[in-house]
Amino acid sequence: MAKKMHDTPMLDQLEGGPWPSFVTGLKRLAKDNDMMVDLLGQLETSYETKKGYWKGGTVGVFGYGGGVIPRFTELKGEDGEPLFPAAAEFHTLRIMPPAGMHYDTDILRKFCDVWEKYGSGLIAFHGQSGDIMFQGVSSDNVQPAFDELNEMGFDMGGAGPAVRTSMSCVGAARCEQSCFDEARALRGVVNAYLDDMHRPALPYKFKFKFSGCPNDCVNSIQRADMAVIGTWRDNMQADEALAKQWFAKHGMDELVNDVISRCPTKAITLKEHAKVAKGGNISAVAVSDTHSVEVDNHNCVRCMHCINVMTGALATGNDKGVTILVGGKRTLKIGDTMGTVVVPFMKLEKDEDFEKIIELAGSMIDFFAENALEHERTGEMIERIGVVNFVEGIGLEIDPNMVTHPRTNPYVRMDDWDEEVAKVKQAQASAA
Amino acid sequence: MAEVRQPIESGVPDHVQYLHPLMKKNYGSWKRHDRPRPGVLHHVAKGGDEIWTVKAGTQRQMDVYTIRTLCDIADKYAEGHVRFTTRSNIEFMVSEESKVAPLIDALGKDGFPVGGTGNSISMIAHTQGWLHCDIPGTDASGAVKALMDELHEEFIREEMPNRVKLSTSCCAINCGGQADIAIVIQHTKPPKINHDMVANVCERPSVVARCPVAAIRPALVNGKPSLEVDEKKCICCGACFPPCPPMQINDPEHSKFAIWVGGKNANARSKPTFHKMVAAGIPNNPPRWPEVSAIVKKILAVYKEDARAWERLSDWIDRIGWPRFFEKTELPFTKYLIDDWRGSRSSLNASTHIRF
Repeated sequence: MAKKMHDTPMLDQLEGGPWPSFVTGLKRLAKDNDMMVDLLGQLETSYETKKGYWKGGTVGVFGYGGGVIPRFTELKGEDGEPLFPAAAEFHTLRIMPPAGMHYDTDILRKFCDVWEKYGSGLIAFHGQSGDIMFQGVSSDNVQPAFDELNEMGFDMGGAGPAVRTSMSCVGAARCEQSCFDEARALRGVVNAYLDDMHRPALPYKFKFKFSGCPNDCVNSIQRADMAVIGTWRDNMQADEALAKQWFAKHGMDELVNDVISRCPTKAITLKEHAKVAKGGNISAVAVSDTHSVEVDNHNCVRCMHCINVMTGALATGNDKGVTILVGGKRTLKIGDTMGTVVVPFMKLEKDEDFEKIIELAGSMIDFFAENALEHERTGEMIERIGVVNFVEGIGLEIDPNMVTHPRTNPYVRMDDWDEEVAKVKQAQASAA
Repeated sequence: MAEVRQPIESGVPDHVQYLHPLMKKNYGSWKRHDRPRPGVLHHVAKGGDEIWTVKAGTQRQMDVYTIRTLCDIADKYAEGHVRFTTRSNIEFMVSEESKVAPLIDALGKDGFPVGGTGNSISMIAHTQGWLHCDIPGTDASGAVKALMDELHEEFIREEMPNRVKLSTSCCAINCGGQADIAIVIQHTKPPKINHDMVANVCERPSVVARCPVAAIRPALVNGKPSLEVDEKKCICCGACFPPCPPMQINDPEHSKFAIWVGGKNANARSKPTFHKMVAAGIPNNPPRWPEVSAIVKKILAVYKEDARAWERLSDWIDRIGWPRFFEKTELPFTKYLIDDWRGSRSSLNASTHIRF
């Protein structure tokens, strides 16, 4: 039996309605947890005054410099004592989930037991960076709670100026559109740079995200310093039985209006069977007794739309790999930036491919550590120094896939233009 | 000194141990999927195995009783394996179609809405707010709960033109992320500085460097070293508050919501897009934020009515144009919605492309 509940008339109004209520959850915990009784008291105060009352501080576990988000109450009486003392310390442990956020009930129940024993009993699946957030623990209980979670095979996530916890989509585990083993790539890259996660010493945060296809279900272009997105470079695959089945169900209007006319590069055409083009870059599939859909794969930009609409009938190619973009981030401080292409295509199948992407990630972290200003993200650094300096700095080749269009102004020194031309020609000759 | 335990620096755990057996077996060799009903996915592997996924909404911030209830459902009606989506929906995987209906019933009995698939409105990606953040202008879980109560019908159905992703954020940093509709609280007044505290608490040069518009400079105030803000330059972003808490940015009266539309992270059809501000000055009105809900619901209703199949909000606006978006949604287009930040001229109409 916990201490007496505070009145919470504002929060009470979030208990009704059809969506699951976190307030009802907090109240259930408060029945035998003083921390939750007082947390409800402080939260109700915030609802009344429209002010937040948490400040940060320094709390951690032995051996690591980050991963705990410390929260101390600032809601104090005139005597300087906390008004809600049982929730005066309400820290969060960020714990890294398995890639794809898969669990069995056994491990979830164990999480509950640990958090009931040491913490508030409130767990968020998941934070915006992908951490399991064990929310609400006193300073004294941070270490024992972490120790038990750590013994269960789980490790601290990132916080502060560090490599951060990563995310990948469900991917190869249950999606036909997956173009690489997202979870293996995530685990390989992040686990190679745990030192930069657990001992924060970078200019600012660095995030990796892994999406299996250009639908980018983990929002990597907009949120990741290094976004790894599955793609393919051969022809789209097609299945005639499924294509005919789709057409029989959806008809000509939907084929034309929802598939063909929505192709961003007009790479899809509808043709009578006899008129279908021949050639190495053409995929074609019959949708009816008279007509086929023809795809000009050289002009397909792998946007995924037609595959999303006609799943199974159209599919990704077989020569799969990844595109890598760099520099996505949220608003602070120069405004939002998208990631931009630095590797148009690389294979990611064999052990040495995975070693290569781990090395590439390392060279990006190193370049960031050496060249970014304090509190500057990779995207901001690139804006300041220019993408060419970044690309050359990490040892990648310049490629026209990196731009939407070439330069539109003449304000540039081009002293070694001839040498650069010679380099391009030499590269073309050795590739031929 | 007591013996201290060294952490096991094990990193990201191996996901394979937690996969449903059919997902382990068919890893990387799925063929296609369909959606038998809203909230259910049916995947078929190249070898013929089939798996059904039932998706349900959660409150994200879950108490252990809720999690144990979900585990009980997973053990009794599913096969003991679950996963979470990036929008905090839980997915239960089963190997037989006959298990789907009882699983849906069980989730319904315990108050978990089944849906969030395909062209529905999925759960709102959100931040921490007053519950745990140190710089929140508002709450997140509460605003999300209030809004999802109102959007529940669109979560459990698939009746929107295309999928709709929402986010909320409790300051302009926008940790909630890009979305079809993003609800972001915005500070609207410069920080109030407690000059007695600055010298003791803040590393002044790094606070000066943090400001996006160079509005902060060192100053001597009442004989104490402090900082001052050029209030005409200040854009009220709050970036100075985390490194210098005496520069109080939170202001219960003047923090207002802004609503942004047209963010899209997928590469499908058009390239990814950022969301754009379409409304501001909306009051911060807990516990249910009715003024926010009204505008979001109005935008969604117009979009649902007017957009064509497969058009995300951004695709729809691309087709009808911004003037008509403001006309149809009855939102006022003010001068503050014309961008003047760096790179903003590319957002101006450099053509005679005008719809009449």
